[in-house]
Amino acid sequence: MEHINGRRRLLENSMFWLFRVAAIINGIALLAVVYFIASRGWRAINWTFLTEPPLDSMTKGGILPCIVGTICLSMGAMLVALPIGVASAVYLSEYARPGRVLRIIRLGINNLAGVPSVVFGLFGLAFFVIYLDMGISILAGSLTLGALTLPVIIGASEEAFRAVPGTYREASLGLGATKWQTIYRVVFPSALPGILTGAILGLSRAAGETAPIMFTAAVFFSPSLPASIFDDVMALPYHIYVLATAGTDIEATRHLQYGTAVVLILIVLGLNLMAIIYRAHLQKRK
Amino acid sequence: MQRTQQSGKSRKRKEQAIRSLFFIIALASVMALGFIMYFLFVEGLPVFSKVSVKDFVFGRYWYPTSQPPDFGIFPLIVASMAVTGLSAAMSIPLGVLAALYLAEAAAPRVRQWVKPVVELLAALPSVVIGFFGMVVVAPFLQDLLDIPTGLNLFNGALMLAFMSVPTICSISEDAIYSVPVELKEASLALGATHWETIARVLLPASLSGICTAIILGMSRAIGETMVVLMVTGGAAMVPESIFDPVRPMPASIAAEMAEAPFRGSHYHALFATGIVLFIFTLLFNLLADHISHRYKQTGAATL
Amino acid sequence: MKIPKMKVRDLNFYYGKFHALIDVNMDFNLNEVTALIGPSGCGKSTLLRCLNRMNDLISISRADGKIFLDDININDPGVDVVTLRRHIGMVFQKPNPFPKSIFENVAYGLRVNGVKDRAYIAHKVEETLKSAALWDEVKGRMHESALGLSGGQQQRLCIARAMAVEPDVLLMDEPASALDPIATQKIEELIDELKSQYTIVIVTHNMQQAARVSDITAFFYLGRLIEMDKTESIFTRPSLKQTSDYITGRFG
Repeated sequence: MEHINGRRRLLENSMFWLFRVAAIINGIALLAVVYFIASRGWRAINWTFLTEPPLDSMTKGGILPCIVGTICLSMGAMLVALPIGVASAVYLSEYARPGRVLRIIRLGINNLAGVPSVVFGLFGLAFFVIYLDMGISILAGSLTLGALTLPVIIGASEEAFRAVPGTYREASLGLGATKWQTIYRVVFPSALPGILTGAILGLSRAAGETAPIMFTAAVFFSPSLPASIFDDVMALPYHIYVLATAGTDIEATRHLQYGTAVVLILIVLGLNLMAIIYRAHLQKRK
Repeated sequence: MQRTQQSGKSRKRKEQAIRSLFFIIALASVMALGFIMYFLFVEGLPVFSKVSVKDFVFGRYWYPTSQPPDFGIFPLIVASMAVTGLSAAMSIPLGVLAALYLAEAAAPRVRQWVKPVVELLAALPSVVIGFFGMVVVAPFLQDLLDIPTGLNLFNGALMLAFMSVPTICSISEDAIYSVPVELKEASLALGATHWETIARVLLPASLSGICTAIILGMSRAIGETMVVLMVTGGAAMVPESIFDPVRPMPASIAAEMAEAPFRGSHYHALFATGIVLFIFTLLFNLLADHISHRYKQTGAATL
Repeated sequence: MKIPKMKVRDLNFYYGKFHALIDVNMDFNLNEVTALIGPSGCGKSTLLRCLNRMNDLISISRADGKIFLDDININDPGVDVVTLRRHIGMVFQKPNPFPKSIFENVAYGLRVNGVKDRAYIAHKVEETLKSAALWDEVKGRMHESALGLSGGQQQRLCIARAMAVEPDVLLMDEPASALDPIATQKIEELIDELKSQYTIVIVTHNMQQAARVSDITAFFYLGRLIEMDKTESIFTRPSLKQTSDYITGRFG
């Protein structure tokens, strides 16, 4: 019996080591990406880099138009996705009854979440840019990114609505409030922090996407900042791609590429960290 | 109470109207999906007047700009499947093992820190991963293995694994974590070790959730664009080794759309490639959906 | 002279296939406290939730039979549930104040009823909190979160919240089961004061509580009303053996 126990113990220990190693590899992966890029990119970042447009065929100067463009696009995406996403979540968690209709809506959301980003790009090109004649513009890009982030917003908002205790709804209905009064006076305010977390995550997702804006909003180079939502823009992710693959002098602009990547990582991971910390803070309060 | 009967009726109408409004908005996702399919087909189908469906899907030559052009996306399909398959071989064990670590082995304090790290990994923009693969991993592989280019199938698969591990890990972890604690306790109380409990009780009970996680992770990998665009090397041919450069479907679409003449054959062919890609991911997602509904996780009471 | 405020006639209630209430007939009189007692699953809470149609929230449920509030059958399809619930207040098992300020909790019912007059709302909130014996404890912090109150204070706040819309009937579902003995005593004193204005129906697990607060006690078992009488009669000389077994603690 001692012998068997020894072998079982050994197996158990080695399996647990395997788990641990797998988790450590994940951590190393994140650190490696961030470290390599940050260590080479931080020197490129200074005030000029953040506040000047690119100069000399994009071999010098800064990335201000890209930062502005990414902010416009991701904010625009949220203006589209947030109202629709939150309203969809209200229907799903408060009104929908189990049945075929609900099943179809869920299937639609799940499959929308699975559509490849480049296919969103094709769709945006065919529908917004060409069919609705918006041209390559902030508007077309925001709408495309909005469709892409819709499932993210719906998922986070629905979770937030479901986390509101049923007793709040009962108490409100018991006082003679209508269903709608209950939703917007009690359920929605309680779910708001969760919805906000979802919005931050959606913002970061939209800021980091490249393929959907390649054919709908982003351009290689634009001499001025956008003046209206019908203008095309530069954007951080696309700028990295362009400089790294199709710039006039790829090796000479390495530091610009790393610098742009650092700024993008800072924005995206920063937003995510905000969401994670905010969520942890909310859970602690409960 | 009778006095208010009349206002009750108008209130009911208002409530019904609000409900209908939300229902219509909730259909937006379904409508978006429908629009996506519609426009893919409208812009993609015209190519089949130039080339048959069979020649398009199984044609071995993709020379869209030659005279006359060849529109055979077989090498692109093979490339997509090879890259996805190879990345799955790396990401499935890594993702599931890391999930087991988080759900079963990690101390709560460690879990509290590692889970956000996995989420952050999931949030890294794909263009950054692609950039990393291009400027860091590719030269490294080239020197290490003494191969002509580090931009190849293997590098692409490795970077894709990066992107799908977090998906696989966090969905699997949810599935394992939600196995009723009674099942686990029952096994431990019978004298099974923790590992035996995991292998014989927890994994079988959470299998459907883990399968869903894997399929969604692979679906994310096959549709991922920037990584394969930047690190797989871009050669539209059927690979013979894992260190050959390839050109998966999303890379082809993203790289060529800008120079394809508007509504020319090449343009339509790229949309048609989008249709094939879309069908692949749709199948993955429907399969995942089917598994997660068909094999609902076992609860404590139903055993 | 007893005035029946609510009358239940031939009520049968089903959760899916489960027959939860069987042929229930009973009256609830004005200015009386009626206690519903019985072992878990006997249907007492289900009956309570039939009285303001809270069971409508469960989609697979179905009620047959009539329940009259004054002369109106509340199960009639023409009756508007929202209006009904404005006339029948409810207090739940666990205190469930909204995550809003103390003031807003009490004002909530008025606001959803379309009251906009600020002065009236302020006056009504104060008046209600006074009658719920909570005013002195909270008057200095009306705009702080209600979640900062103790469990007993929260439950009295919930009672005040229910009273602010001036209902005719108050339903209480084990209102003190989550509270300590001192808080429970305060709630019981409050119930005693409130019965001069309301018709009160209370579900309770606690036999002593039923004996202390109620005028009439109804004993339920397996979905049926077994016995209903003046509380002192039920507790001193129940006419059925089942009732006395339950009251003396032999089952349940």
